[in-house]
Amino acid sequence: MTHAATVHSLWTTAAAAPDKIPSPDIEYGQLSPTLIVLGAAIVGVLIEAFLPRRQRYVAQLFVSVVALAAAFAAVIGLAAGDYGTSKAHVAAMGAIAVDGPALFLQGTILLVALVAVFTFAERRLDPVVHGNRVDSFAAQAAAVPGGDAEKAAVKAGFTTTEVFPLVLFAVGGMLVFPSANDLLTLFVALEVFSLPLYILCALARRHRALSQEAAVKYFLLGAFSSAFLLFGIALLYGYAGTVAYSGIADVVDGQVRNVTPALAGTMGNDALLLIGGAMVLMGLLFKIGAVPFHMWTPDVYQGAPTPVTGFMAAATKVAAFGALLRLLYVVLPGLRWDWRPVMWGVAIVTMLGGAIVAVTQTDVKRLLAYSSIAHAGFILAGVIATTPDGISSVLFYLAAYSFVTLGAFAVVTLVRDAGGEATHLSKWAGLGRRSPLVAAVFAVFLLAFAGIPLTSGFAGKFAVFKAAADGGAGPLVVIGVISSAIAAFFYIRVIVLMFFSEPRTDGPSVAVPSPLTSSAIAIGVAVTLVLGVAPQYFLDLASQAGVFVR
Amino acid sequence: MNPVNYLYLAALLFTIGAAGVVIRRNAIVLFMCVELMLNACNLAFVTFSRLHGNLDGQIIAFFTMVVAAAEVVVGLAIIVTVFRSRHSASVDDASLMKL
Repeated sequence: MTHAATVHSLWTTAAAAPDKIPSPDIEYGQLSPTLIVLGAAIVGVLIEAFLPRRQRYVAQLFVSVVALAAAFAAVIGLAAGDYGTSKAHVAAMGAIAVDGPALFLQGTILLVALVAVFTFAERRLDPVVHGNRVDSFAAQAAAVPGGDAEKAAVKAGFTTTEVFPLVLFAVGGMLVFPSANDLLTLFVALEVFSLPLYILCALARRHRALSQEAAVKYFLLGAFSSAFLLFGIALLYGYAGTVAYSGIADVVDGQVRNVTPALAGTMGNDALLLIGGAMVLMGLLFKIGAVPFHMWTPDVYQGAPTPVTGFMAAATKVAAFGALLRLLYVVLPGLRWDWRPVMWGVAIVTMLGGAIVAVTQTDVKRLLAYSSIAHAGFILAGVIATTPDGISSVLFYLAAYSFVTLGAFAVVTLVRDAGGEATHLSKWAGLGRRSPLVAAVFAVFLLAFAGIPLTSGFAGKFAVFKAAADGGAGPLVVIGVISSAIAAFFYIRVIVLMFFSEPRTDGPSVAVPSPLTSSAIAIGVAVTLVLGVAPQYFLDLASQAGVFVR
Repeated sequence: MNPVNYLYLAALLFTIGAAGVVIRRNAIVLFMCVELMLNACNLAFVTFSRLHGNLDGQIIAFFTMVVAAAEVVVGLAIIVTVFRSRHSASVDDASLMKL
């Protein structure tokens, strides 16, 4: 055989190599909610690039609302097609799970985002500047606060319509986060929803120094925690040799034996599993805002523009709890005797810490921030249950809580004085006499936070605590009820302040919102009352959805 | 050389980065420490990839680099905005909000 022929045969064998890389098989239809939202976000970027300034606001609002509504319709379509129950499976080459919890949480996130976009688009609350109606976002984020560039931007009537594509990108990441079925997707989704939120935090029109400070704190701590998450992922990869959830779970359960002696030091090494699992949990607990990883919450909630705070408080929590549930129930169930005591401790300090520190707060937004920490603790109690009821009660609680939060922050945007929103509690004194309707609506939200019957908060808390008690976490329920009582004290205190104290002469006025914010608040009240009065349908829905695919 | 040594190096780099975030006060330096932590993660991924003999870890390292680049864009934008309005990048000066 000649030399040339040898080369030739090498070429032919190479061309006909049997182990071709298979082309990935993506189920576009089942991923359509995420794809619609991310596609609309890119359209939003193009609108920013090509449309004249005057037309951008209407175009962006239209694209965002249509995209979120279409994505929600797609989620409903998938759920109606039994993808949440009998046809639940892992799509996109093992990267995304399409199952009940994923679809339930995606639907919740999309509805929350839709309502949040209404509050983002509100332009009636701030006074008209140079003949232009303005929203809560800076005229030009890059301009130095109080500088000439800012004055020129305000005079020219600039607005930051980039917030709409940013929200859509964040929502896209949040949709993937609870359905991520491998650790790499989890990490990428975390960053995709975190990075737009960091920017959104820095965009407030009033109190810009405060807003930028919040953004810098959120960004540095967020990047720090995601580095921990990533190192945890690296250790879990070293432990299992794969980042797929089912693969790691198999190694945890001992179904995979060490194949080669060379891997004896890493594969199946419990130290890697425990440290890696702890670091990944740390990253997720940071996003949830659980004590002791809650330090950023009050500052960021206070400094960020209030519509952003409402969106962040509601949607981030839903997405992060979804990811936490999937991690604990799909990847690490074999390790639950190790993580349950830790999560017990975290849940206890979160419930008590959030409730006790909230009592001392004097700012409405910080108060709601600490209350969100306490609520994270209540939801963790449901997570610890490790029963199917635990999953469904957490899903229900998240849906109920997110609308109460959105509504409460939307009310905060209405109470204003000359400096913008009047968030100091002393200014809320006597609000019930000035504007009974707004005060009454806020009281409904506070009662729901406190868990008073006939509101969604009661139904959610009852479901979560019942699941925790059935799951053998009785002492946790006792502590939960005690911290609910502490929390109820400061919610009621605000109600008393609004209705039973004299209004201040220099007190704030309540701005009359456009139909956008009004409908956002109305949806919040409606969901709160419906889930409180007739929760059964939604509890059934959550319990149907409460099975993870593996 | 035993590849496990690279894991020790990765852990060391990660610890240096984490300690730097806690100790240092300049936002840019903090941010560089976070980047050091991400690079330590990459080293761990590549080493585990070599140990296990599959390529997942190397692919993940590329994803991490892209994410880190995106994080730099957002992070530097925020830090520079704050620096321009305060003429200081110290995180101790960022104390408008206290309990």
